[in-house]
Amino acid sequence: MSEKDADAYSDWQSHDCACGMPHGPDGGHAAGCDGSELSEDEPRTEDGLLMTPLHALHVELGAKMVEFAGYSMPVQYAMGVLKEHLHTREKAGLFDVSHMGQVILVPRKASASAALEALVPQNIQGLEEGRQRYALLTNDEGGIEDDLMVANKGDHLFVVVNAARKEPDLARLREGLEPGVVVKHVTTRALLALQGPKAEAVLSGIAPELAEMRFMDVRDVVVDGIEIWVSRSGYTGEDGFEMSVPADAAENFARKLLAHEDVAPIGLGARDSLRLEAGLCLYGHDIDAGTSPVEAALSWSIQKIRRADGARSGGFPGADRILRELAESAPRMRVGLKPEGRAPMREGVPLYAAEDGADPVGHITSGGFGPSTGGPVAMGYVPAAMTAPGTVLYGQLRGRRLPVTVTKLPFVAPNFKR
Amino acid sequence: MKYTEEHEWLDIDEDGIVTVGITVHAAEQLGDVVFVELPDAPKTVSKDDEVVVIESVKAASDILAPIDGEIVEVNETIVDDPSKVNDDPEGDAWFFKMQIEDASVLDDFMDEAAYKKFIA
Repeated sequence: MSEKDADAYSDWQSHDCACGMPHGPDGGHAAGCDGSELSEDEPRTEDGLLMTPLHALHVELGAKMVEFAGYSMPVQYAMGVLKEHLHTREKAGLFDVSHMGQVILVPRKASASAALEALVPQNIQGLEEGRQRYALLTNDEGGIEDDLMVANKGDHLFVVVNAARKEPDLARLREGLEPGVVVKHVTTRALLALQGPKAEAVLSGIAPELAEMRFMDVRDVVVDGIEIWVSRSGYTGEDGFEMSVPADAAENFARKLLAHEDVAPIGLGARDSLRLEAGLCLYGHDIDAGTSPVEAALSWSIQKIRRADGARSGGFPGADRILRELAESAPRMRVGLKPEGRAPMREGVPLYAAEDGADPVGHITSGGFGPSTGGPVAMGYVPAAMTAPGTVLYGQLRGRRLPVTVTKLPFVAPNFKR
Repeated sequence: MKYTEEHEWLDIDEDGIVTVGITVHAAEQLGDVVFVELPDAPKTVSKDDEVVVIESVKAASDILAPIDGEIVEVNETIVDDPSKVNDDPEGDAWFFKMQIEDASVLDDFMDEAAYKKFIA
């Protein structure tokens, strides 16, 4: 037997996606954050990898640990990727996402939300207190520098960014927002996600008020004297919560959740297949600095007020291209793709318009086996004329062209509590 | 039973038919198997030919022909239900059977004790 993919986990080695996380603190922040860059004295494994506050727990639980964005992270536990995936869709899965970047934006001489609007095409000033929104840091060419979650916590904004993008994002935020707004990198808190249809019932046993939250609500709760910043969001397509917990209390909190019979620990492997079925982008794969929000089928995330005829139209990096594409359409688009048969088509598989067409018309950016769909699922970029659901294209796999059908995303219907 | 460094097991019967599969260790390393593609039998193959494609939730791998010979039968049940490869890799989830000319070529492969040492 020989491994064909030299990096079996290449998908997980350098990127992560933000599409769901929690939010901010108390306003005091002094206990929860410092202004420092990625700290040199963070705990590391013998191999020099960063450790999250739950590292010892992962090892104790028998996780297979792999490198991801400089961190030692659990890719799977004894249950295995397939069962972890199905468990999350059926009950509740606990994810350690502490590698992601938690950032607080505190107004000093300027409004944090007005200032942030100069960096993202989203309506941040209209984001109500206690609510969270998906946003994109764009560049001057209209490409996506990162996707992130922004929460309005009243006296500050709480932002969660991808692990592999922490440094460039912090630099971009500081350059764009300081000195009018203080950018604080929170390095003393873990980030946990509890995802799945049983998540609400599990958390209600610990903090009953969390059941009142709707999808994308944010609020702080105190559990056993520990302040937890909660958002009702995630990266699985399921109902769920993301929770920022003080690092020194994180393991106990995780154990408390794992003690519930419906909760199992879930690794990055299932995190990836869950988000793929949910049609959510993985930064560095489905979206990157050369991909515009319109191409990426993320136009829904750009509110009217920031578009051509909106009251606060433009004013973000790459607005020329993005507003033009919003008005006219982009030459290529991200779509869902369903390979026929059972063979998974993974990232990089070229797509052709015909069984014998000469040049590829696009390629797959994420793909694999979807445990809940029971077959292969993928996403990729195709020309605008080929985006209609039902369009048949051909993916080239091991020298053969196999049919792939353009399919509406997501593959699995979302299960959010709106 | 003989074992290869590619984590295949080979079981020869009195008629010179060698049954080939992957080891428990290999199945554990692969993770959940979700796709298996087998060759059409009969098929004459040479050692190290890529004869089977196996995909787990993590990655695609090849199963190589461990020896020269003719593949005379394949196990379609693992195509229909790839999870069998995780459930019973050294039993029901064999991959293919080969007819070989000279059984002595198997002498070069590891026995169980040597394989256990190899994966330790």
